[in-house]
Amino acid sequence: MIAQLTKNERQVALLILLALAVVGIAMAAGGRHDPFGAHGALVLLAAIVGSFAVISGYYAPEPPESRLDSYYDDPSKAGIILAMIWAVIAMFVGDWVAWLLVNPNLTFDAGWASFGRLRPVHTSGVIFGFGGNALIATSYYVMQRTSRARMPDQLTPWFVLLGYNLFCVIAATGYLMGVTQSKEYAEPEWYADIWLVIVWVAYFVLYLRTLARRKEPHIYVANWYYLAFILVVAMLHIVNNLAVPISWGSAKSYSLFSGVQDAMTEWWYGHNAVAFFLTSGFLGMLYYYMPKRAGRPIYSYRMSIISFWGITFFYMWAGSHHLHYTALPQWVQSLGMTFSVMLLIPSWVSAGNALMTLNGAWHKVRDDAVLRFMMVAAVFYGLTTFEGSFMAIRPVNSLSHYTDWTVGHVHAGALGWVAMITFGAIYASVPWLWKREAMYSARLVEAHFWLAVGGTVIYVFAMWNSGIIQGLMWRTYNESGTLAYSFVDSLVAMHPYYIARAVGGLFFLLGAVIGLYNIWMTIRTAPQAAPETAADRPVLAGGAVLQAGE
Amino acid sequence: MTLDHDILVWFSKSFGLFYLLAMSLVVLVYAYWPSNKKPFEHAAQAILQDDDKPYRG
Ligand code: HEM
Ligand code: HEM
Repeated sequence: MIAQLTKNERQVALLILLALAVVGIAMAAGGRHDPFGAHGALVLLAAIVGSFAVISGYYAPEPPESRLDSYYDDPSKAGIILAMIWAVIAMFVGDWVAWLLVNPNLTFDAGWASFGRLRPVHTSGVIFGFGGNALIATSYYVMQRTSRARMPDQLTPWFVLLGYNLFCVIAATGYLMGVTQSKEYAEPEWYADIWLVIVWVAYFVLYLRTLARRKEPHIYVANWYYLAFILVVAMLHIVNNLAVPISWGSAKSYSLFSGVQDAMTEWWYGHNAVAFFLTSGFLGMLYYYMPKRAGRPIYSYRMSIISFWGITFFYMWAGSHHLHYTALPQWVQSLGMTFSVMLLIPSWVSAGNALMTLNGAWHKVRDDAVLRFMMVAAVFYGLTTFEGSFMAIRPVNSLSHYTDWTVGHVHAGALGWVAMITFGAIYASVPWLWKREAMYSARLVEAHFWLAVGGTVIYVFAMWNSGIIQGLMWRTYNESGTLAYSFVDSLVAMHPYYIARAVGGLFFLLGAVIGLYNIWMTIRTAPQAAPETAADRPVLAGGAVLQAGE
Repeated sequence: MTLDHDILVWFSKSFGLFYLLAMSLVVLVYAYWPSNKKPFEHAAQAILQDDDKPYRG
């Protein structure tokens, strides 16, 4: 890895690591016994390990000029492996949390293992660890291919990827120590937030610099989605995390907002995190990997543009549907509700566009589990957005809010859409990246597919049932006008569904473990000396080499 | 002038409506502009080409 950096980049890398080490020492000294100090030590450790790596490779010969004849894919490779490792860890914790709801004793009396600490490890681990790494890895891949340009340098992609993972580790370890600013999906404290801003700006600039080098006149639509993801997440993250630390040596901070303003800011952030982290970026993935895998162009390019702007305009206003029946002014709630319902149109246009792309290639979908992952993802995307628009209607929300229905909706989106499209994209790119004919075992991909689909269906149906029963029990009155059921009654009613959910989650987790194993074995088996096809040679200057089938 | 609740409501209910309509119109015109058809089709097809090398012309 270090051998791929130029001399100059190795020096800059050392400078960055030196600065990081200084920050780590300052944090450790200033924080002392506060968790802030522990995180200082962690930062210092990361800087030391990084410096050793750079120094040990420092005198390796510089990379040859010929590197510029290929795309820079090593950061994508590392990102994919990291994503799969995060997937296994975070889904393991998710299933643990699921069993905790079945049997509360599974904390083993340890503070760090309590529900309130493990749950954010799960949510951040899957969303940021798994999803984020997969987005970074695939975005590097896609932006270079669609621009027909190599990334401008070798250092920035590593800085973004590794810096981002440092953020994820600080977040997860912080939760276990009890560090949280208690805003859902934005739990990390101020210092982690500042670090993420630095990393994220570097990511955005890297993307723009690559696009600026593009050889294609038009920027392919997948890039728009990835860019919206990067840009909007930066905006959301900065505004929602505005806070004042109680001192330079403490992990604790206070938000700039309070009361209903705080709630609105948080759910403006939260819902747009759903929109731009869990949707926009993954749509970018879909618009590249699905046509590529199916060997067919996207059904309607125009519609992909129209739905892009639809999603971008509408989502911004939908956040208040998380705050129905609260102190938020009624008209703001109605605004969120209206935009949520309108959102169904661009969402279904996207899902329909994806499915129509496959229309005519159904035999491929039948034979190829990788393409099937992507198809199922598009179906669940359609389903989840329909459900979401429905739940956003105020009277419907009065039933669903606070119940497991929301959790069911979340995982229909998270398992059915986000994880499925990611697995599809990863299985597609691994052989491409490591120059293998195919995955190590097609049967294991098949096994993963069925475990994932089975697990998702069990999970989602269990939560739908549980949620609706819960919601109905909480609003049932008896003749004397008092509530018919106590909260504990509803807990007892949920118990069997919690067991089902935990089992479904276990299936899903097993699938991810199989996936990691399969990817690992694909990498380890030596590449067959694949005959060099005409397509594998560089495009000659002047370049219009026609490919077969063009 | 203080930026009170009523002013904000008035602003979002009037200006908000029109600028969203205007933006939708711009997008539709852009997507259906006849001369954009060719670059769009080219872009949709171009990703399917298999030369896995950057173009260095
Ligand atoms: C092995 C698979 C999984 C299992 C067993 C699982 C389990 C759970 C459990 C038990 C909760 C807490 C529910 C509650 O508080 O009542 C939860 C919450 C959550 N999970 Fe998962 N999960 C899995 C996969 C995923 C994936 C892949 C994602 C995202 C890509 C995800 C995203 C979330 C989110 C966003 C929440 C918070 C929901 C809310 O606050 O409404 N989960 N999960
Ligand atoms: C048209 C699209 C969508 C709309 C209108 C929508 C609407 C909603 C609504 C109304 C809620 C419940 C709010 C509450 O009662 O507290 C919700 C929760 C949630 N949705 Fe969606 N949804 C959509 C798509 C998605 C997708 C594609 C995902 C992807 C994974 C997703 C993830 C979530 C999450 C994580 C929550 C839980 C937030 C929490 O922690 O409380 N949604 N959504």
